[in-house]
Amino acid sequence: MPDLYEAILTGNAKAAVQATQDSLSKGVSAIDLVSQSMVPAMDEVGRRFECEDYFVPELLLAARAMKGALELIRPLLAASGAEPAGRVAIGTVKGDLHDIGKNIVAAMLEGGGFEIIDLGADVPPEKFVNAVRERRANLVCLSALLTVTMPSMKTTIEALRAAGVRDQVKVLVGGAPVTQRFADQIGADGYSENAVSAVALARKLVAIHESA
Amino acid sequence: MNLRELIDAGPILTDGAWGTELQRRGLPLGSCPDQWNLLHPDKVAEVAQSYVEAGSRVILTNTFRGNRIALSGYSLEHDTFQINRAGAAISRQAAGKSARVFASLGPTGKMLSIGQVTPEQVTLAFEEQAASLAEGGADALLIETMSDLEEASLALAAARNTGLPVIVSFTFDTGRNKDRTMTGVTPEQAAHRMTEEGADAIGANCGIGIAEYVPICRRLRAATHLPIWIKANAGLPEMEDGTPVYRTTAEQFAQHLPDLIEAGAKFVGGCCGTSPDFIRAAAARLPAFSRGVDFQPTEPTRAAGRFPDTASPGTRRAGGPGPTKVTP
Repeated sequence: MPDLYEAILTGNAKAAVQATQDSLSKGVSAIDLVSQSMVPAMDEVGRRFECEDYFVPELLLAARAMKGALELIRPLLAASGAEPAGRVAIGTVKGDLHDIGKNIVAAMLEGGGFEIIDLGADVPPEKFVNAVRERRANLVCLSALLTVTMPSMKTTIEALRAAGVRDQVKVLVGGAPVTQRFADQIGADGYSENAVSAVALARKLVAIHESA
Repeated sequence: MNLRELIDAGPILTDGAWGTELQRRGLPLGSCPDQWNLLHPDKVAEVAQSYVEAGSRVILTNTFRGNRIALSGYSLEHDTFQINRAGAAISRQAAGKSARVFASLGPTGKMLSIGQVTPEQVTLAFEEQAASLAEGGADALLIETMSDLEEASLALAAARNTGLPVIVSFTFDTGRNKDRTMTGVTPEQAAHRMTEEGADAIGANCGIGIAEYVPICRRLRAATHLPIWIKANAGLPEMEDGTPVYRTTAEQFAQHLPDLIEAGAKFVGGCCGTSPDFIRAAAARLPAFSRGVDFQPTEPTRAAGRFPDTASPGTRRAGGPGPTKVTP
């Protein structure tokens, strides 16, 4: 039977749940499982992705295994007063129905300890505004695959500004045609080329946000 | 139609992008381009015609998202048969004797590896689409912008059921050298597997630019005896005043075509960011492309009748072009 680290690394969701249950029944604390198995496993997944040993399917499988384990652990973490790393409202922008990239980033962020408010695909700006206002999201992640829907990213950021909530959140953008330059032009706080670096960037931005 | 005979006299010029051409004709942001085969067949025919006039010897169809799984994202899955048959028929009509119609089948947009769809669902979706395209008069089927080998493999098997030639084209745009698909597939892996499974040609489309597809073409060429199909982007877009702009000009694009052909490409054309101007520039640079003789008319394939025409009166009113008139 693989341990939790191995189960996440190989994307074995069943084994991840089993290993988590075994560890918990042996008295291992939830915090220890996160810091000694889950975080190192996802770091290794990220490293393998950077080395081109892993690609998107392996990332998704690892994230899914991680999610299964997290579902068991989350209530215990909440009971011990641990807060999520951040609350993320994520979606593909208005007009864009391509959600594979968004789903990958959401899965990786969830694996990284963020709470995910998945708004789905073709999301109008108002929905992002509501997620910030009513569900206290502190990160907004916008995805676009098409060049023609990239302007919807700008519209969404403008809507956050018009609603007076722009300074309550950090905005991350990504998707095949999106570049750092475009992110700068539309006033986003960050751009990430892939799902692995998106998690690192989200952590950094939330930390800046908290200390500001 | 035999693919080998088609390229006997030399490389064949295909077409450029469709989505952007439809947008120029009023397709609204976020709506399904493929639905225009039923709503505005005249506009779709204009695009097809513009490529034939520009010198394309092979034109595609406006059916990239025409599989039931992708169409369900627009709640259009019930129109799958009509959208595809109409798409093939529109291109067939525009092609006349000047061009062949290679019908486009894009990915489902769902990932098999994590169970978003089952292999059975993928097979059924591509069988249905392929049969509808054959019924509309396609000369060949083009499975394009593929990333996942498993999905491509299921699509290929489904498309081969029609008896038409099948081309499978992947998008290589990922990894340090931008020479992998999103799921990590190399040109060699794609070429080996698709050759083994009976594809009639292997290709690469979309991607990051035409210059970057020259080495990809060479690697495909080295990995298979099959003809190579290349349709490259006009680079990656940059934003200018909120509008995406492709920096590669038609002339710059055309300058790279001899390199592609030298690298072994037998079918060449453009993907995102290209237009009839790009095809004109390509035809001017490589005059052999435009010297072809008229093609013999194609009899539409009647595929088994497995997916009956369920058009409601409502759909008909929407303006489906009806049965194809085959140019005598």
